[in-house]
Amino acid sequence: MRGPRRLTILLLAPAALVSLVFVYLFIAWTFYASLTSWNSIRPLNGILPDFPVVGFANYQTLFATARFWPNDVFNTAVFTVTFIVASVAIGLLLAILLDQRIHGEVLFRNIFLLPMALSFVVTGTIWAWIFNPNTGINQLLDPLGINAIREGLLAFGPLKPLWDLLDFLRIDILRPGLTTDSRSALGAVVVAATWQMSGFVMAMFLAGLRGVPEELREAARVDGASERQIYTAVLIPQLRPVLVSVIVILGYISLKIFDLVFVMTRGGPGTATDFPSIYLFVSAFQSQLWGLAAAIAIVMLVVSAVVVIPYMWSQLRSEAQP
Amino acid sequence: MSGAAAGTVPTAASRGRGRRRGLRWTRVVIYALLFLFTVFYLLPVYVVVADSFKTLREVNTTSIWQPPAGIDFSAWQSALTPPLIGSGGIGKGLLNSVVMTVPAVVISSVWGSINGYLLTKWRFRGADLLFAFLLFGMFIPYQAILIPLVQFLQKLNLYGTLPGLALTHIVYGIPITTLIFRNYYSAIPTELVEAANVDGAGVIGAYVRVILPLSIPGFVVVGIWQFTSIWNEFLFGVTLTNDPNVQPVTVALQNLAGSFAALYNVQMAGAIITAIPTVLAFVFLGRYFIRGLLAGSLKG
Repeated sequence: MRGPRRLTILLLAPAALVSLVFVYLFIAWTFYASLTSWNSIRPLNGILPDFPVVGFANYQTLFATARFWPNDVFNTAVFTVTFIVASVAIGLLLAILLDQRIHGEVLFRNIFLLPMALSFVVTGTIWAWIFNPNTGINQLLDPLGINAIREGLLAFGPLKPLWDLLDFLRIDILRPGLTTDSRSALGAVVVAATWQMSGFVMAMFLAGLRGVPEELREAARVDGASERQIYTAVLIPQLRPVLVSVIVILGYISLKIFDLVFVMTRGGPGTATDFPSIYLFVSAFQSQLWGLAAAIAIVMLVVSAVVVIPYMWSQLRSEAQP
Repeated sequence: MSGAAAGTVPTAASRGRGRRRGLRWTRVVIYALLFLFTVFYLLPVYVVVADSFKTLREVNTTSIWQPPAGIDFSAWQSALTPPLIGSGGIGKGLLNSVVMTVPAVVISSVWGSINGYLLTKWRFRGADLLFAFLLFGMFIPYQAILIPLVQFLQKLNLYGTLPGLALTHIVYGIPITTLIFRNYYSAIPTELVEAANVDGAGVIGAYVRVILPLSIPGFVVVGIWQFTSIWNEFLFGVTLTNDPNVQPVTVALQNLAGSFAALYNVQMAGAIITAIPTVLAFVFLGRYFIRGLLAGSLKG
């Protein structure tokens, strides 16, 4: 089968070549650009940035700029953790609820999944209005008396350390300023992101639960386990591989989050919801600081790679040995 | 890898019936929680639909939660083609997105199908390595390739054009389309290809005669996945175009928010119009949509 082999490789060559150029060489190009002083509007001559190599000066600038360090790194960390925790908690709860022989299961499932069909730009447009302090959720809650409860809670002395912590993390969405208050704006973005992605987490967990052999449940029942124990002791531990997948996928999304934030808050107020992706966009396409932007890109890539490469590796490995 | 078939979520109907009296209250709580979450998921849908039918006067006098007084399409019209010339509108963006998305979906799906077929049915030494090499592109933040991509497209005079955007979506779609098709073809017996080969079909003949006719469900899954991701994409759209005449609809919607800052009815109408194609795909082909979602997570 010498002939077919040659043909096979010939037919796969375009994809390999395109990947080599558009992924690997482009990443190398970005890294090279991050080492140059290409921070001006002058167009490039030739293929590589024809600017002096300045070593890691752009990285030094980056980490000496408060907007990036600590601000953007802090926002990314808070967003990533809260978004993953919220999405996993809601997704797992919904999956378990839907696993209880529910009437209308398909309908519920589709409602929870619907946001997945939308663009983050659409989601951002809608939620920006819901979290607009003048026309949005405040107007809905006021007649219900919830605003008064909210003010009472915020003023309640013993809870002050909690509010201080949430204020510090910028996720205190009880603050009526919502997207205009730096203490709550990040929380508003987390809610919108969770609305969009938690249905996906539900679908993953539901597929995982349905993949557990019925004999396992039966065996636990025979042993006298309650329905709750069946979940905590038998089913949820079985979901661990799904959980790992979910965390990696959500982590990958949050480390590069751009469109949702860009549409909802543009990184504001101030830099309260600024992320590396937004800083990169502004640096490159508005300020023409291409070297600096390339440095941000490389930092983002390295952080994502730390999350994703071990995962990709383990997935390919586990596939190799069934 | 359980492959593309993993997306079929079986219902729990076959499961044994619950017992015990205390369970009745549990059922009430379960349904109450489900309805509560339904409200959370549908409230934004209500807002976007209701507000898109409001008139300018209502926008100024009502909050976004009040239902509209009647069905008024003027906001839809303004979102598509605003009365003020030069103030944007998403009509052109809608057209651009169609022109960009359709060829990108078709080409990246067919390409992925060929890759997946070759990687599973004509295995050679290093096939898994090549797959990993291709797959890596799926896991990078696109910011890491954005700046050279801009330069590259400028050199080819493709920057700020729809073919340039389509090319970008094709190239960065290869990993996911290859992945899904590779999973899909793993479930098809290799003997079929071997039998065709004995009949002298060859690599291409076996693909056309044996594999392609079996690939329809795979193409639906991949096609919907690619359609949804490309239609909804924003980062490439906003960085690889600078002329409103070639911007995709997501960028146009974002610009609409800038030019109609106070008019939430127009923005909501724009959001609906932008979302309609992918929502329709989800409503009518939701099963395949979910399969794509699960396949995108490698293991499914």
